Amino acid sequence: MRNLPLDSDDTGCDTDREKPVLQIEDLAIQIGGSAARPVIRNVSYDIKPGETLCVVGESGSGKSVTSLAIMGLLPDALRSCGGRVLLDGEDVLKASPARLRELRATRMAMIFQEPMTALNPAETIGRQIDEVLRIHTKLGRKERRRRVLAMLESVHLPDIERIYDAYPHQLSGGQRQRVVISIALILRPKLLIADEPTTALDVTTQKQILALIRELQQKHNTAVLFITHDFGVVAEIADRIVVMNSGQVIEVGTREEILAHPREAYTRMLVSSVPSLVPKRREAERNEVVLDVCGLSKTYADKRLFRRGRPVAAAQDVNLTLRRGEIVGIVGESGSGKSTVARCIVRLLDPTSGTIRIHGSDIAQTSRSHLRPFRRRIQIVFQDPYRSLNPRVKVGDAVVEGLLNFGTPRDDAMAKAKNLLRTVGLDEEAIHRYPHQFSGGQRQRICIARALALEPDVLVADEAVSALDVSVQAQVLRLLDEIRERTGIAVLFITHDLRVAAQICDGIVVMQNGRIIEAGPAEEVLTAPRQAYTRTLIEAAPGRGWDFQNFRPLQIDSAKPADAMQPKQIH
Amino acid sequence: MLAYVVRRLLATLPVIVMVAVVVFAMLRLTPGDPAAIIAGNDATAEQLQQIRQSMGLDKPIYQQLIQWIAQLLQGDLGVSLLSGTPVLGMIGDRMGPSLVLAISTITLTVIIAIPLGVTAAWRQGRLLDRAIMTLSVFGFSVPTFVIGYLLVYLFSIQMGWLPVQGYRPLSDGFGPFAERLILPVLALSTVYIALIARITRSSIIEVMGEDFIRTARAKGANEHVVLMRHALRNAAVPILTIIGIGMASLISGVVVTESVFNLPGLGRLVVEAVLARDYPVIQGLILLFSFIYIMINLAVDLLYPVFDPRIRY
Repeated sequence: MRNLPLDSDDTGCDTDREKPVLQIEDLAIQIGGSAARPVIRNVSYDIKPGETLCVVGESGSGKSVTSLAIMGLLPDALRSCGGRVLLDGEDVLKASPARLRELRATRMAMIFQEPMTALNPAETIGRQIDEVLRIHTKLGRKERRRRVLAMLESVHLPDIERIYDAYPHQLSGGQRQRVVISIALILRPKLLIADEPTTALDVTTQKQILALIRELQQKHNTAVLFITHDFGVVAEIADRIVVMNSGQVIEVGTREEILAHPREAYTRMLVSSVPSLVPKRREAERNEVVLDVCGLSKTYADKRLFRRGRPVAAAQDVNLTLRRGEIVGIVGESGSGKSTVARCIVRLLDPTSGTIRIHGSDIAQTSRSHLRPFRRRIQIVFQDPYRSLNPRVKVGDAVVEGLLNFGTPRDDAMAKAKNLLRTVGLDEEAIHRYPHQFSGGQRQRICIARALALEPDVLVADEAVSALDVSVQAQVLRLLDEIRERTGIAVLFITHDLRVAAQICDGIVVMQNGRIIEAGPAEEVLTAPRQAYTRTLIEAAPGRGWDFQNFRPLQIDSAKPADAMQPKQIH
Repeated sequence: MLAYVVRRLLATLPVIVMVAVVVFAMLRLTPGDPAAIIAGNDATAEQLQQIRQSMGLDKPIYQQLIQWIAQLLQGDLGVSLLSGTPVLGMIGDRMGPSLVLAISTITLTVIIAIPLGVTAAWRQGRLLDRAIMTLSVFGFSVPTFVIGYLLVYLFSIQMGWLPVQGYRPLSDGFGPFAERLILPVLALSTVYIALIARITRSSIIEVMGEDFIRTARAKGANEHVVLMRHALRNAAVPILTIIGIGMASLISGVVVTESVFNLPGLGRLVVEAVLARDYPVIQGLILLFSFIYIMINLAVDLLYPVFDPRIRY
């Protein structure tokens, strides 16, 4: 059994600190045994103890595949075909499976994006953390339990005895991510690989998890390889940054170098695509009201045979109005009720009470059959473009479906579909193709074209850009704005991302626990919030101190001296 | 949990009543006069009248139904037309061999099928996996009675290792009891082993793609632990469902197997009763099988939370 640094004294001396924990040299990865072009090429970077290295890139850039290669956890279809990955001087690409298992959790550990699925649902939290100790140490039961509880305490989980015996589904997302961190760090590895660990979390939870990783890193001088697509997070935590694109390293540099003086055009494009938190000033237009929601509530009663379940209010007393040509954002964390409101407004859900007026007619309680004529007045675009298009229906048929339902002849509808696809920036030949032949951003354009086909008055966009990369996100947001300009459509824009909301919304409504807690013009809500919760949300938005469009730290704006805008010190 | 069990048991009552009514109606809906069927071709008018009276057939139909239900509630399944003995007693006498056959079959199936499925999933796409899957296609393609006769031909007639057929209770000693049970259990198990091995394989392969499997590997767990501790338990719910369905369909398998191996169990009783048109016995057996079916379903539902803590009643 190897000697493990289980007890608190740090064995690292100064010379050790200078030597990189991880050195990647010319790593190449290919698909299967084929001699085809490698999917990852010439990837080289290193990390020193105590350092945070952020690997950024859009989906498909190879940032996650590289990290799985370090852990020896590549899926069967992929294998490394060149270069070296030196962990403490040992090439892990040449290590035997048994040696790799020894290294995992002791020298290198990993935390993952999706805390909801990263834990075994059938085992208690305690057992899952304990498993690491059982695999790698010969400690007795009592000592292991003591260490697991100590670890749970150090990730600041409350009520650790109860959590030890709890199952994953009994914990929130943030709590589960703390458990995953416990599993990764209980043996104090020298290298922690964090693969988008906060992407699935709310901003306020994200902030706490980032702070926790930082705290544990400083305590044990851990090298952190942090993979993310979010430049806000990068600006918060990175010492150095690696930018990747299509399987290659584009640029490596310190945070200052990459964020303030990027050399490569691709890096410049990526950094400047990050939407600003400061909203553009917009002229308030006083067009006619197209959507007027008043006192909207949705309660779920969980029905049981003998007992009456406790009613759960998903939305309560929601009031909002939307004028022609206006974009109103509903922002809030998960569970705030923003999607419930969106789905009630398009009547995918039946509201419990309240009114929803479209051009003056109330559709809140209209029966399904009478609702039909109103359906074309209001359309929706969903979050996940990969799942909101039927994979077996051609794009053209998907776009014209609504038109055909309302009696447009097929030829006319198809001509219109071609037009719409051009409007959203796609080739009109797209009508003959299937959704899987398009990228995520293109699919979302198709969804927008489909929603626009019926020329609705109101478009509801439910987290419509959340699943997209920043550069694509920026394009789709521009597209929505253009369409609004051209057609005068009113957009209800649901998002958890304040940057996106700042970019596109005229008005912002902040929701928490099913209620609206603040509403007003975007500029007012984001720069001079009246409610403490709104302030918390803004403060939690990562990278607040950086002006990405202009490649510089954010200056304290004299016009709006909101103390929330204090930039982070950059040296 | 207890409240759930009580609720589920209460919910079975309407089902049982419905089955009872259907069984009752079955006899009345058979073409012709049940009394005439029972009495046979040579019966005189007085004999027919007598039978009608003794069966209560001269009363209005709703009274007959009430009487039938009332009898049922007292545990009275009526009397066999053939032997004149109470149906309940006949079922009790024949229960033993069938229970032994069914329980042994399920045990053997689980012991063989789950390791086979896990192995196949572990070696997915390799030779061993393909071999197991090919055998399993064979296993559920060949009818039980063919396998039964094949086994008899090989092991009893050619090799002379085991008796051809028959049954001895455990009280006659374990040897004679067991040697007559081996072939029927093997014959009946084949199809279930094939089915459950396949389901085990596919549910494990599905679970192996989950994120928490990657977490387990990132902990440094070896593949054995990953498969047995993390994957198998999470794959258990679909496997359990199929075992439950398999147990219910075992009832028909028992009928065939008991006929092939001449075991004096409920399956043989079904065949005898049908051939002799012994309606009260058929009624009683249908009721019994429905009841068993419902109880198996309940048991499976109650077992789910053991494997998946997210399921709570």
